[in-house]
Amino acid sequence: MKSEQQYIELYGEVSNLIKQKSCDIMNNVRDAAFASFEKVGFPSKKVERYKYTDVDAYFAPNYGVSLNTLEVKPSKYIFRLAESPIDLSAYYNTIADNNDGITALNTAIAHDALVIYVPRNTRAEDPIQVDNWLRGNTSTMVNRRVLVILEQGAEATIIMNDHAEDKQRFLTTQVMEIFCKDNSHLDIYEIEETTPLCSRFSNVYINVERDCTVKHNSITLYNGQTRNLCDVVLKGENSEVTLNGCAIAGGSQRIDNNTLIDHRVPNCTSNELYKYVVDDKSVGAFAGKILVEKDAQKTVSHETNSNLCASADARMFTQPMLEIYADDVKCAHGSTVGVMDETALFYMRQRGVPEEEARMLLKNAFMGQVIDQIQLQPLRDKLFVKVEKRFRGELEKCDDCRLCK
Amino acid sequence: MSEQNQFVREVAEKKYEFGFTTDVQTEIIDKGLNEDVIRTISAKKGEPEWLLEFRLEAYRYWLTQEQPTWGHLTLPEIDYQAISYYADPTKKSADGEKKELDPELVKTFDKLGIPLEERLALSGMAVDAVMDSVSVKTTFKEKLAEKNIIFCSISEAVKEYPDLVRQYLGSVVPYRDNYFAALNSAVFSDGSFVYIPQGTRCPMELSTYFRINARNTGQFERTLIICDEGSYVSYLEGCTAPMRDENQLHAAIVEIVVMDNAEVKYSTVQNWYPGDENGKGGVLNLVTKRGHLRGVNSKLSWTQVETGSAITWKYPSCILQGDNSQAEFYSVAVTNNHQVADTGTKMIHIGKNTRSTIISKGISAGKSQNSYRGLVKVGTKADGARNYSSCDSLLLGSECGAHTFPYMDIHNNTATVEHEATTSKINEDQLFYCNQRGISTEEAVGLIVNGYAKDVINKLPMEFAVEAQKLLSVSLEGTVG
Repeated sequence: MKSEQQYIELYGEVSNLIKQKSCDIMNNVRDAAFASFEKVGFPSKKVERYKYTDVDAYFAPNYGVSLNTLEVKPSKYIFRLAESPIDLSAYYNTIADNNDGITALNTAIAHDALVIYVPRNTRAEDPIQVDNWLRGNTSTMVNRRVLVILEQGAEATIIMNDHAEDKQRFLTTQVMEIFCKDNSHLDIYEIEETTPLCSRFSNVYINVERDCTVKHNSITLYNGQTRNLCDVVLKGENSEVTLNGCAIAGGSQRIDNNTLIDHRVPNCTSNELYKYVVDDKSVGAFAGKILVEKDAQKTVSHETNSNLCASADARMFTQPMLEIYADDVKCAHGSTVGVMDETALFYMRQRGVPEEEARMLLKNAFMGQVIDQIQLQPLRDKLFVKVEKRFRGELEKCDDCRLCK
Repeated sequence: MSEQNQFVREVAEKKYEFGFTTDVQTEIIDKGLNEDVIRTISAKKGEPEWLLEFRLEAYRYWLTQEQPTWGHLTLPEIDYQAISYYADPTKKSADGEKKELDPELVKTFDKLGIPLEERLALSGMAVDAVMDSVSVKTTFKEKLAEKNIIFCSISEAVKEYPDLVRQYLGSVVPYRDNYFAALNSAVFSDGSFVYIPQGTRCPMELSTYFRINARNTGQFERTLIICDEGSYVSYLEGCTAPMRDENQLHAAIVEIVVMDNAEVKYSTVQNWYPGDENGKGGVLNLVTKRGHLRGVNSKLSWTQVETGSAITWKYPSCILQGDNSQAEFYSVAVTNNHQVADTGTKMIHIGKNTRSTIISKGISAGKSQNSYRGLVKVGTKADGARNYSSCDSLLLGSECGAHTFPYMDIHNNTATVEHEATTSKINEDQLFYCNQRGISTEEAVGLIVNGYAKDVINKLPMEFAVEAQKLLSVSLEGTVG
C-alpha cells in the first residue's frame, strides 16, 4: 500500500469532523484540495523538485491526527482564521499550489489557520514571535497553516520557532501563504530546533507586489528530516527579495531546501544565500531556481550556495539553476562544495589552537556569513551562540536535559 | 538604425550554406522499424550473428521504453515507422562489391571542404566520410596502418577486427542507457572505429565527416575509439545536412575508452541544418557521447562547437575511473531563430585524485532557447576529486532564453567542487567603447562574442578553430538591432 492510501481513508473518516471544527473559508476549498491530493498523491523522487527526498517513506508511519484547537489569544496582529474579523477568502489558498501533494494534503486536513495581519501603513513595532511546540505522548502529525498578510505600507518582523519537546515522532506539514502588498516590508525567520525524530515538510508561498522588501530566512539548527520549499513570485516592480538559509546537519539528519524565485516584472532584485555544513552521515540538498520571465528586464539576481562536507559519509546535493527569458538582466549563481581550508587549519594549530577547536572556529566562521545577514540584533546574537553550541554538539545534549527549558 | 535593419534583413535572407542535396543514386530500404528491418540492415552489412543478437536485444528493450520528456525542450512527435533506417549512396555492382566512388559523392564532399583525394587533403588529417548510413571513404588508412593504428568504418571493423569490436561495443554506453541509445544500438549504421595501439602517438588528426543526404532517413552512426596504454589521438567530427522542411533524426552513439596514461582529444563542430527562420525543419540531434577513463593518468577532453540542429539534446560525458585521470569539457553552443539546445556534460568521479573542468559558453539569439545542464558526481571513493565548472550565457535579443541547470552530487568530503554561472547581455560599455573607436555595432558584437568564446575555440585544433570562428560569426549575423 502506498502511504497516501491511509490519508485518503483517514479523510473519508474524519472529513465531517474537520469541517465541523473548521470555518467556511477553509471548508470551501477542502474537497477540491483533497481531490487533487487523491489525484497526484505524494510526490515521488521522479518529480524534479522532490528528487532528493523520499516523501512517501516519511508519511508511511501511522500518525495520529490531532483535531484539538489551541487557544490563540487574539492580539493586535495575530488571530485564528476561524475568528477572523475580516474576510480573508481573497487570500486563503489562492497562491498555495495544490498540485503539490503535500500542500493539497495540508489544505484538505488543516482545520484552522494562524493569521498574521498587519493593516495598511502600520508598522509592527515589536517582532512577532510564533513558537510552535511539538508535544505529545504518542507520535503525532501536525498540519499547520499560516496566512501572513502585509497590507500596503505595512512593516513587520516575524519569527517562527519550531521546537519539539517530547521523545515522540512528529510529522509536521506546514503551508504558509505570504502576501506583501505595495510598499510593504517583511523580515521573516523560520528557525527549526527539533529532534532527530521529527520530520518537517514546509511549503512557503510568497507573493510580492510593488516596492517591497522581503527577507525570508530559513535556519535549520537541529532536526530529523526537513524539507523546505519556498516559492517567491515577484509581481510588482522595484521589489527586492532576499532568501537566506543556514543548514547544519549531523547524525543521520536530512535537510532539503528547494527555492524558486519567479521574476515576472522588470526592475526587481533577488539575492539568495544558502550555506550548509553536513557532518557524520547526514544528507544536505539544495535546489534553487531563479526564473526570469520574458518581460522581466533589468532583473538583477545573485544566488550563492556554499557547502562544507565535514565527514566522509556526509552527502551533499546541489542544484543552483537559472532559467532566463529576458535579455537585459544580470544573473549569476555560484556554488561550491568543499573541505575545510587546510592552510587555515595549519595556521591556527601553529599558534596553539587545538585542531578540534580550529575546525569549529572555521565552521562557525563559515556559517557566520549567513547569520551576519540577520538584521534583528538580539536574534543574531542568540543565533551566533546557538550555532556555536550546535557545532559543539551541545544541542544534542539538550535532548535529554530539561534544565534550562 | 535603418542601416542595421537592412543588415538584419540581408542576413535573415541568407540561407544555410550547406543546404544543398546531392543527386546520387541511393539505395534506401523501406520505411519502418521492426525486427525484419534490423535483420535486413545486419544482412546488408554482412554482420556476424552476435551483432545481430545485440541489435535485436536492444530493439526489444527499446520497445519497452518511452521517449523521455525531461529536457528543457519539446521534441516534435517522431514517427519511428516513417523513417528509413538504411540509405546507401555508394553504387554497387551486381556481385555486391563496392566499385569506384561516384564522382557526385566526391564533388559533394569537395563542396563541403572535405577532399577525399589524399593528395588534396589538408596535410595531417585523415578523414572518414560518412554519407547517410554508409562510410564513403576513409583516407590515409594505409599510412596509419604502418603504425598499427586502425582507422576505418565500424562496419569494416566488425569484419576485420571482430574481437576488438565485440569487447568494447556497448561497454561505455550500454543499450539500456537511454531511449535513443537503445534505438541506435538496434539500427546503427556506419561510423568510425579507431584503435591506437600501446605507446603510439597518432601522427595525424583523425576526422569523421557526417552528412545526411537522403530524404526521410535518419542517421544512426556509431563511433568507437579505443586508446590503449600511453597513446594519444586527436579526433574531429563535423556534420552537415541538406535543408528540408521535415525534421530529420540523428541519434548517434560515441564511445571512447581511454587506458593508462593515454589521452584523447575529441572535437566536434556540429553544423546540422538548423531549420529555417520560422523553425520549420532541421535536424534533431539526440546523441549519447561518453568516454570511459579506465586507466590511471588518462585524459579525455571534449570540445564542442554547436551551431546547428533544430534541437540539440546531448551530454558528452566522462567516467573518471582511473586514479589521477583528467577530463575536460569545453563547449560553445549558439542558438538562433527557433533552435533549442539542452546540452552540457556529466563528470562522474570514481577514482582518486581525479580532476575535471567544465567551461560552457551559451549564446542565444532570435527566439531560441539554450540550456546548460551538467552533472558533477563525486563517488565515495573519489578522494581528492576536484571539479571546476563555469557556465556563462550571453543573451542577444529579448525573445530568447538562457538557462543553467547544474547538478552536483557530492559523496566524499575530500572533494572540492566549484560552480559558477552568469547570464547577461553584451556589456553596453564594451559596445560603446568599440563604437567610439569607429567599429560598427555588428562588428563589435562579433568581436565581443568571439572573445567570449575564445576560451573554448582555443582548445580546437587549428583547422577547426578557423571554421568554428567563421561559423560563430555566420550564426550570429543579424542578431543585433
